[in-house]
Amino acid sequence: MSLSLIVVQLLNGVQLGLMLFLMASGLTLVLGMMSFINLAHGSFYMIGAFIASSLLAWTGNFMLSLLVAVAGAGIVGLLLEIGMLRKVYQQSHLQHVLITFGLILVFNELARLIWGPFPVPLPVPALLAGSVEILPGITYPTFRLAILLVGLAVAAALYVVITHTRSGMWVRAGASDRAMAGAIGVNIELMFSLLFGMGSALAGLAGVMAGPILTVQVGIGEPILILSLVVTVIGGIGSIRGAFLAALLVGVIDTFGRILFPPAIGSMMIFLLMAVILACRPQGLFPARA
Amino acid sequence: MASTMLNVVGLTKRFGGLIVSEDIHLEIAAGETHAVIGPNGAGKTTLINQIQGELRADSGRIIFRGQDISRASAPHRARLGIARTYQVTSIFPEFSVITNVALARQVAAGHSFRFFRAAESDRSLTEPALETIARVGLADRASALARDLSHGERRQLELAMALAGGPRLILLDEPMAGMGGQDSARMKRLLAEIKKFCTILLVEHDMDAVFALADRVTVLVGGRNVATGSPDQIRADQGVRDAYLGHASEP
Amino acid sequence: MPKDLPAFIPGIDRRFAGIALPVIVMAALALLPWLAVRLDDPFLVRLFTRIVIFAIAAVALNFVLGFGGLASLFHASFMGIGGYVVGVLAHHDANETPLMLGPLAISGTSDLLITIPLAMVCCVLLAFITGLVCLRTSGIYFIMITLAFNQMIFYYFVALERYGGEDGLQILSPLHFGPFAAPKGAAFYYVCWGALCASLLLLRQIISSRFGIVLRAISQNERRAIALGVPALRYKIAAFAISAAVTSIAGALLATNQKFVSPADLSWIRSADLVIIVVLGGISLVWGPVIGAIAFFLAELLLSSWTIHWQLPFGILVILVGIFLKEGIISSGSPAAAWTRRRTRHG
Repeated sequence: MSLSLIVVQLLNGVQLGLMLFLMASGLTLVLGMMSFINLAHGSFYMIGAFIASSLLAWTGNFMLSLLVAVAGAGIVGLLLEIGMLRKVYQQSHLQHVLITFGLILVFNELARLIWGPFPVPLPVPALLAGSVEILPGITYPTFRLAILLVGLAVAAALYVVITHTRSGMWVRAGASDRAMAGAIGVNIELMFSLLFGMGSALAGLAGVMAGPILTVQVGIGEPILILSLVVTVIGGIGSIRGAFLAALLVGVIDTFGRILFPPAIGSMMIFLLMAVILACRPQGLFPARA
Repeated sequence: MASTMLNVVGLTKRFGGLIVSEDIHLEIAAGETHAVIGPNGAGKTTLINQIQGELRADSGRIIFRGQDISRASAPHRARLGIARTYQVTSIFPEFSVITNVALARQVAAGHSFRFFRAAESDRSLTEPALETIARVGLADRASALARDLSHGERRQLELAMALAGGPRLILLDEPMAGMGGQDSARMKRLLAEIKKFCTILLVEHDMDAVFALADRVTVLVGGRNVATGSPDQIRADQGVRDAYLGHASEP
Repeated sequence: MPKDLPAFIPGIDRRFAGIALPVIVMAALALLPWLAVRLDDPFLVRLFTRIVIFAIAAVALNFVLGFGGLASLFHASFMGIGGYVVGVLAHHDANETPLMLGPLAISGTSDLLITIPLAMVCCVLLAFITGLVCLRTSGIYFIMITLAFNQMIFYYFVALERYGGEDGLQILSPLHFGPFAAPKGAAFYYVCWGALCASLLLLRQIISSRFGIVLRAISQNERRAIALGVPALRYKIAAFAISAAVTSIAGALLATNQKFVSPADLSWIRSADLVIIVVLGGISLVWGPVIGAIAFFLAELLLSSWTIHWQLPFGILVILVGIFLKEGIISSGSPAAAWTRRRTRHG
């Protein structure tokens, strides 16, 4: 295995990890604060990709399409939360599973209605096409590099907001002890709606960024959802820091697992990783809950 | 010389930086009723949790009938003969009173990997259960669903479940909690009955009950055992009065 | 003196709500092939064979979900592996090459009297292994972890090119029960119906046994059960294994019926479908999922004959079930349940 291959795959792994972090961050905070498992989280990933594809076909401007898609995914999430989900938090986890599973069916079918059952194009923007020489003799696609940078920037921004701002402090308080946070005057409902919207927007961003590399069609959200759940479980429910580390770990191990092992084993790697971590730390790496 | 039922040696427990049990020593003889009193937050329930096994101590030993059970799991300790009640009633709400008590007996009697005979109509379980239920005064509610019981009746059920397995040692965590006058008097009579055949560790705030029932009293303050003695000794002890009995309720 | 045992003990009767309604439902199902002949519609038999098979799996799932309080999204794996054991061994039988497990050579076979028990054994082993990891968790964690492990199995089979990978595996050799060829049509329907009856009777028996009482106690108040002396993990694993064994039978029957098995039979979508069937029928009754399976597939049939985009109204239906139908069609509020309660009080 050459150095070039290792470096490229490592970068691919980190890139996958950052995308998973974008997905998992919303998921883990929602889980931590409201104990609400949102299986339809993958749908926002899909919605972001689809909206970007349509906007791009319409305007030709990738940046604009990205912004509208992210906002669109966020708004759909916000409306969903305010309109329906906030009314069902007190119901059982089983009911949450049913409701969000039903939402997956609805979103997928709506997407099929609007965009059809076949993949839609979301090409790499001309500016970012091609490759860059990152190290002597090693080239890496420019677009993927851009994803890495965007992902890191968002992760850094999230980190700063969560750990160094007052709103972030309230979010962390809510994630570890909702009742207490409510008791000291944090407007849990509002915070949560905004958080949900933000999580959906980030999922949409992941969808737009992954779109040019993977396909954009109905049902792309579910495999990503599963990976995001694995990341959330490994990282610890309610923890952004845990989600970040777990996402990188999962991204790198998944990428290398697929190269080093035959496909049947390679695809199981991250689940085996999850099993091992759970055996030692059943609450994940950095559980936010006391 | 009466044998020692329970010997707690140097029990220590920390939650992060907070010390909830500090080097606790406690000895309970067979047949003794030993009360543990102290202000809120003194670590009384934590002590019970560590003896019963729901919580593992950081250091120290727990010796039950001569056997070191410090490493034993909670179910194992229960099967050795340690029963407990909870401060906040903990029963099986969807089962009837009979089934609640019969289950306790069934578990104490051995494993339940028996798949083919119906349990709820098994007379070998229900008859002893009815006896225990009658003993705690709940006979007329035997077929009621546990979740339909009043607060006082639930406390009686808790006690019945603790007794059903024929335990050697019962850990009672504030059995009178939340009880009005009539219920409370009944519970006191009940405990006086049970006292005759069971070793009891009683955590209580109701001082009348404590001084009426206890053979010996331990005072816990801030996780430490500050005094142990007969009820009269404790009542007279100046240190205890300052720390607990004399003061208005501690935060 | 201990009082006499009262005639009506609420604990039992809430669980089974009498014998009349389930007997009526099962009898109606038994009459279905006759109805299909009268209506000259053999499709009905195919449809209801599928319904009965899924009912077996759902009844098995409800054993741990409704009575054990374990919301497992792993059961598609049990069903799918049940099917794959049958399919893979039949495949090797058709090829006349042995299945190599390391140094061990296992000859293929199309004999269901061998492959179905083998499928059960495999699933019980799988239940023990995954149970040891998953059953230490609870609540949200448990749901997510069973979902993740289910997908692990799914991705494994997708990648297993030797047995068709994503396209699945056809069962080409004729399957048989010992000396008897595997029946088709109405005869096979009765085999499945018989398996459903047996599953219901078995699980009902276990639920009311000492084991069942302990399992139900753990699901109501695990902390209390442990304090009484119950090593809870052991019982949960055992229940998981029992559930797995019965589910694998359903999977084997499905593969036999379809003459085909594919990773789609293992996906978490299938797991979620089973959960929907259970909740739809009513989690508090052993036979609730039978109603759930009938309702689920009839709804799917009706909606898909109405519009090609049937998953949209179906999804809405699932959402509504989740919001409103906490206890299923046979719930404590429904007329059917009230009727059965009245029956029991005098029974």
